[in-house]
Amino acid sequence: MKRNMPKQLSSLFVNKLALVVLLISCGTLSGCSSIKPWVQPYERQNLADPIMSANRHGIAASHAAHVYEARESARGAEGTGGGGCGCN
Amino acid sequence: MVVTKRLLSFIQLLLITLLFSNTVKAAVLEDDKVEVLYHSYEGGGMKIDGPAVLIRKKASESFAVSAFYYADTISSASVDVMSTASPYEEERDELNLGFEYLNNKTQMTLSLRQSEEDDYLAQSVSLNVSHDTFGDLTTVQLGISYGDDEVKRNGDDNFLAQTQHYKVRAGISQILTANLIASFEVEAIANNGFLNNPYRAVRFVDEESESGVGYQPEVYPETRNSLAGKLSLRYFLPWRAAVLLSYRSFKDSWDIQASDYEILYRQPIFTDWEFELKTRQYEQTQAEFYQDLYPYRNAQNYLARDKELSEFTDTTVGASLTYIVPKAYQPFDWPAEMSVQWDRIDFDYHNFRDLQQQAPIGEEPLYQFSADVVRVFASIYF
Repeated sequence: MKRNMPKQLSSLFVNKLALVVLLISCGTLSGCSSIKPWVQPYERQNLADPIMSANRHGIAASHAAHVYEARESARGAEGTGGGGCGCN
Repeated sequence: MVVTKRLLSFIQLLLITLLFSNTVKAAVLEDDKVEVLYHSYEGGGMKIDGPAVLIRKKASESFAVSAFYYADTISSASVDVMSTASPYEEERDELNLGFEYLNNKTQMTLSLRQSEEDDYLAQSVSLNVSHDTFGDLTTVQLGISYGDDEVKRNGDDNFLAQTQHYKVRAGISQILTANLIASFEVEAIANNGFLNNPYRAVRFVDEESESGVGYQPEVYPETRNSLAGKLSLRYFLPWRAAVLLSYRSFKDSWDIQASDYEILYRQPIFTDWEFELKTRQYEQTQAEFYQDLYPYRNAQNYLARDKELSEFTDTTVGASLTYIVPKAYQPFDWPAEMSVQWDRIDFDYHNFRDLQQQAPIGEEPLYQFSADVVRVFASIYF
């Protein structure tokens, strides 16, 4: 069974991304002006605790993401580089 | 060209967003640091290990540079290598230079990266911008990357192929309560060029062959586009511990859909120690053109028997122990810590068969394996 060439670079993805950027823009522009920050700086000591860090172990965390990227098809939204993974 | 136009539009949008975002007071760059890592992966007939080092130094209050070196020594006798080729050994070296610039609450990071193997050269450039706003309750992040890879085939001096990668990403991190932060990020990736492994072959039923099976090289499409979105939550527990949750969804133009979730629990113990426990579950569907066994030669335009394109699940359990050096023992009063991390990953393939087992063609047992990942990590802030 012959198959057709998969879809060429679709504008779909970039359009979706642009929509997210627009939403973020709205959030950082006038939308927030009527809402006051509800967690004051002096209330953020728990959030500033190192145990709350998403990047607690620096390059060790990057390696963990790299291990998955090399063995799974999913990629992106991980903040890591790609290509030349030495994984085959 | 369509890609370039849309990327330019995206960059315009990015700059407009930052231009109109209000700034109140300045943020600060992260402290100078050195990180050292030994990493090891062993499973499925592969062993990969090596060192990594990161050095980061501020040149001023608004500018910092970093250099990152990473090395892999690879010894491979994996199931797909053993099916159609011989075990091999190789090395990979990666170098990454980073430049950070901070202006009020906007931080820009430019990264230049090169990864080199005998038969693969990957080079990329990334620009990331993050901006704190709304009383520092919100951080907005935007980024783009471009990569250009050169693919060779050992033993074939005439083979040379190119691959280009384009990435655009956006994210937002929001403080929701005094104990809870939520983050959401999306990333679109487009690849063009030679996307398959130049060594791997697919198998097909060949009644003219004595073994009943024949092999031919893989053929992949020359484009692949994907979109991933990830939601993360971080929650501070009343007894000083943290729970981190994340869920990611992925879809691409090869009809692969994937999702993963991770739960991590982090607990300080005694005065200077900290341990983590985590579990992660991943699942994906197969690429539309993937097959473990094709009915005949050239059965489709596109042919793949890469287990990473098959339908499979994997499950990770992991633990880590971190020692935070007490102030009395810190060299030059530089904060330092060391950790040992271990992950066990179990892979279960749903339509990729283990050809190392003796069985009638197409009836071999489904492949599965486990891998152990160990990291020994140290960091010093100065």
